[in-house]
Amino acid sequence: MNLDNLYQEVILDHYKNPLNKSLAKEYDVQVHHINPSCGDEITLNITLTGNTISKITWDGVGCSISQASVSIASDLLVGKTLDVSESITEEFMDLMQSKGKKSGNELVLEDAVALAGVSQYPARIKCALLGWMAIKDAAMQASSK
Amino acid sequence: MSFNPLVIREDFPIFSRTIREGKRLVYLDSGATSQKPQVVIDAEVDFYRLHNAAVHRGAHQLAEEATDLFEGARLKIAGFLGAEVDEVVFTKGATESLNLIAYAMGNAAVGNRFHLKAGDRIVVSQMEHHANLIPWQQLAARTGAELVWFDVTPEGRLDLSQIPILITASTKVVALTHQSNVLGTINPLDEIVKAAHNVGAVVVLDACQSVPHMSVDVKKLGIDFLAFSGHKAVGPTGVGIMWGRRELLEDLPPFLTGGSMIADVTMTSATWAPAPAKFESGVPNMAQVIGLGVAVDYLSAIGMDSIAAHEHVLTSDLLTKLLSVEEIKVVGPHTMDSRGGALSFTVEGIHPHDLGQFLDSQGIAVRTGHHCAWPLTRSLGVPATTRASLYLYNTIEDNDALMSGIYSAMKYFGK
Repeated sequence: MNLDNLYQEVILDHYKNPLNKSLAKEYDVQVHHINPSCGDEITLNITLTGNTISKITWDGVGCSISQASVSIASDLLVGKTLDVSESITEEFMDLMQSKGKKSGNELVLEDAVALAGVSQYPARIKCALLGWMAIKDAAMQASSK
Repeated sequence: MSFNPLVIREDFPIFSRTIREGKRLVYLDSGATSQKPQVVIDAEVDFYRLHNAAVHRGAHQLAEEATDLFEGARLKIAGFLGAEVDEVVFTKGATESLNLIAYAMGNAAVGNRFHLKAGDRIVVSQMEHHANLIPWQQLAARTGAELVWFDVTPEGRLDLSQIPILITASTKVVALTHQSNVLGTINPLDEIVKAAHNVGAVVVLDACQSVPHMSVDVKKLGIDFLAFSGHKAVGPTGVGIMWGRRELLEDLPPFLTGGSMIADVTMTSATWAPAPAKFESGVPNMAQVIGLGVAVDYLSAIGMDSIAAHEHVLTSDLLTKLLSVEEIKVVGPHTMDSRGGALSFTVEGIHPHDLGQFLDSQGIAVRTGHHCAWPLTRSLGVPATTRASLYLYNTIEDNDALMSGIYSAMKYFGK
């Protein structure tokens, strides 16, 4: 296994210059998620307009994988309806569970395909999913408000 | 016999394998679990191959042999700790040992010396591993007792000036780690033990990170209870020790009840066997107990003082090397005074998880994260660190491999 498969340029770019990493003052729902095995934490604000995710902002501490992943997700899922966001998330989770056998559909996952290498490192899958799970949770809470 | 880690490494079969496509294994995670020498592996295998039977039961030769081996291990461990043989209780690990003590105290009825109530105090420290924090949090919650703690100074030491504030007439338990698994700090016990005994409190020592690494004599330390895990002391997983002073074990109620811990049983009541049987219900982890007996023999033959001296040299070397790099911040004492071989640090601009992953790609095994001491790492303002922990089979070459791995990681993530 080559470490470069894990740490793709796109990931390190997002890590160094994360998108949407500044909590918006106004939001529908705020969630706080923790990865208890490593101590990574994220606070995430979401705003819906009708059935569409109109804003995702966040702040947190964590490794490059967790930080890049939430940066990518917060960019990718904004502007999507809840259903589309859900199905993209499902596809990402499927990629993470693929043990290196899938490379991901770039048309759907865009930058998130750069995280495909994570699926070969079982201990890091939770890092990559932290932000996605926070968005999923926040979207669900916001839609049931 | 002079101490030579290269000879010692030959006793540990794991060092003959390679990591990540042919890399030499640089194992710097003994604080989490140690590697096992062949003699310990053989002891477990031999038990299953030749002597397997339930101990303390059965009227046959195998049961007799198993019991002899099992009780022989207890004798070895008692000698290793400077304890009486009936003071040594086998558990599944230090976590169970500490929970045993806390739950047993919670079972103490009014009038029992261990009975806790609202207004009583339990003292811990901010540097405890979760295993020596949460059982006491829970005991406090169940009994109404108050949980208070020693703070940790920025240098990573206990704030001993708090002794008179924390250890008062209402203090019943002082539960402390002997050596911090994160900071490497070895806590001074004399003053604390004296203060605790002056007010009639018992001292419970989490010795997971000390017993494997230095000579520990329970009588000399003057403590009342001690816990450690076999697997951190070149022994098997699934076995730990709870040691308690004999007169205290007499008064301490049982925790887990069932077979082989009783004196007499009727349909409505039971009385207890004397310690240690009172605290060992059910068929124990026999092969593991016997393996631990062999492990302490192995350590004793090398000599705990020689092991401690070797680790002192290694720790001092690695500490100096880590402190010499501007981007590295060592969390914990920066001097070798009362300091063991757990070295936690951060590297500017690289998250510990990423550093750990990078080092793994070089064959170097370290621990990353909060090390099951979340309140400590949070109080120090570092949610996660990387930890290298040293043991008898480590070498200066391992330290240099780590340093060169860190430099490469700085280049890799700085690109």
